[in-house]
Amino acid sequence: MGDIIEIRFHSRGGQGGATAAKILGMAAFFDGKYSTSLSVYGAERRGAALISGTRISDTEIRRYSSIKSPDYVVILDPVLVEISDVTEGTNEDTIFLMNNGGECPLVLEDYILYSVDATSISLDLGLKVAGMPVLNTPMLGALARLGIVKQSSLKRAIRKIYADTRNIRASEMAYERVVKVQNRRSILEESEELEEEAYERLEEAV
Amino acid sequence: MMAECVEEEETSVYVTGCEAAARAVIIAKPSVVAAYPITPQTEIVEKLSLFIGEGRHDCQFIAVESEHSALSACIGAASCGARTFTATSSHGLLYMAEMLYWAAIARLPIVMANANRALASGWNIWADHIDSLSQRDAGWIQFYTSTVQEVYDTILIAFRVAENEGVMLPVMVNLDGFLLTHINQPLRLVDETLYQEEFLDEINVPHALNLDSPHTLGTLISPSDNYRVQHDRKLGMERAKDVIKEAERDFLRLFGREYHPVMEYRSDDAEVLLLGMGTLAKEAEDAVDMMRFRGIKAGLLRLRQIRPFPDDEIIDAISRSPAEKLVIIDRDYSPGSGGILSQEVKTRLYDAGIVKEIVNVIAGVGGQDVSAEDMMEMVELERGEHWWGI
Repeated sequence: MGDIIEIRFHSRGGQGGATAAKILGMAAFFDGKYSTSLSVYGAERRGAALISGTRISDTEIRRYSSIKSPDYVVILDPVLVEISDVTEGTNEDTIFLMNNGGECPLVLEDYILYSVDATSISLDLGLKVAGMPVLNTPMLGALARLGIVKQSSLKRAIRKIYADTRNIRASEMAYERVVKVQNRRSILEESEELEEEAYERLEEAV
Repeated sequence: MMAECVEEEETSVYVTGCEAAARAVIIAKPSVVAAYPITPQTEIVEKLSLFIGEGRHDCQFIAVESEHSALSACIGAASCGARTFTATSSHGLLYMAEMLYWAAIARLPIVMANANRALASGWNIWADHIDSLSQRDAGWIQFYTSTVQEVYDTILIAFRVAENEGVMLPVMVNLDGFLLTHINQPLRLVDETLYQEEFLDEINVPHALNLDSPHTLGTLISPSDNYRVQHDRKLGMERAKDVIKEAERDFLRLFGREYHPVMEYRSDDAEVLLLGMGTLAKEAEDAVDMMRFRGIKAGLLRLRQIRPFPDDEIIDAISRSPAEKLVIIDRDYSPGSGGILSQEVKTRLYDAGIVKEIVNVIAGVGGQDVSAEDMMEMVELERGEHWWGI
């Protein structure tokens, strides 16, 4: 059994979600961990909603069934928040990472949410495949910042899969630019922290 | 700086089950690979085509027009004494059906990977064991694998078993569609030279066609002889039991990974035993650990081969365990009869005079998502047949 970190990717066919799961798993493997990665395959077609997953652990992973309660949810295309159940099986500790400009969709108001504008990063670098910006490598850079894998291992894994070095650059830019999003959850947590501090000061005074 | 250009030789990689299969095949150095793409097996053929194209190994890759032709090409090449490999899945395997029998009765040591997948109607490309189990009487040795590593190792073992002079039978290595063909896992590579020099001998098909001693193969065979040929095939299959165990022992000695016809997991003191094949039976290890944590003494028997059926090993494992209840999970179904693995196990129990409470759960067919938590619930079921989810 052991502790397994489960990461679920929501993407659309052609955006590299399945490859993102593989690269993340490979980076964890380079970190010296055990990992597995798999997409929930259907009749793949460009544009269709797709779910992929990576599991990371210090010991062998014997799971093949789908990820039921992800620790991380990565959303490559913001429109998927509208058409897919991105919060399925999540709990209050689940961390979301989204490709957008830093705003919080209504359904994620009560979750820990990070954001990076992966689309802009790739467009700025001219990093496109079949006319579409590459979204997976910048999103993975942001994930490395959240501490799931070492940035060096991630870059090594990206290099293994993609010949175009702009993918490395995209991951580095996203690593720098990922931010925590202000939403109901973060405001609540901040006010709770302030409250705690206030109590502590009060106790000191007593 | 020359040194920087040379990539460090890898001893382990992070790959899919398909790529692991293709990598193993290349190490065994077949002379002929004939295959036709079919989901979810396609990546095996693609990778082989790539590796051969890159010149990693000198081999004739025949891109045929159907699965029937793929196996026919292998039969032709193997009849001339060549080492051959093919891969298929589901409808592709059934399209090969008549040639499957031909290959086995002609005693040709062909190795095939089969990505287990359901059968139509209603197109379903996901995991199901019915494709290969429906062909279990053809005379092919059939292995079922549960990790990317096991796919690789079992293909390496398969060539040696198939080509053993006393066996001379084709071998099918099964891997669950998508769950194992497409999952990425760490894979430890073998020392290729060690494998080629210490584990696998040069192929020698004694009855191969050759110009020095002209003879024909596969001509009309009269009622006075046909039963002898079928009986010979039976003897080959029986000899395979020991040949497989010997190959697995040598594999352990040379490469450090242990395989047995029946993989036992915490079964010695188990009060309830799960029994299954493939990835489901790997995830069952998690179920066993979780049940043990809650005070339920569960154990697991994972069958690695269904032909030849490991009679002695299964009876030995069941006899050693105090379990009265066997929960047999079938990722297959024989309509009008029951789960195929369950029937196979019950036959051996009857022969050995052992009576157990048998729970037969039909689960995971057509790619149904079945988890370790589900398997914890299965042990609560009563004797008889149950369809998971219904």
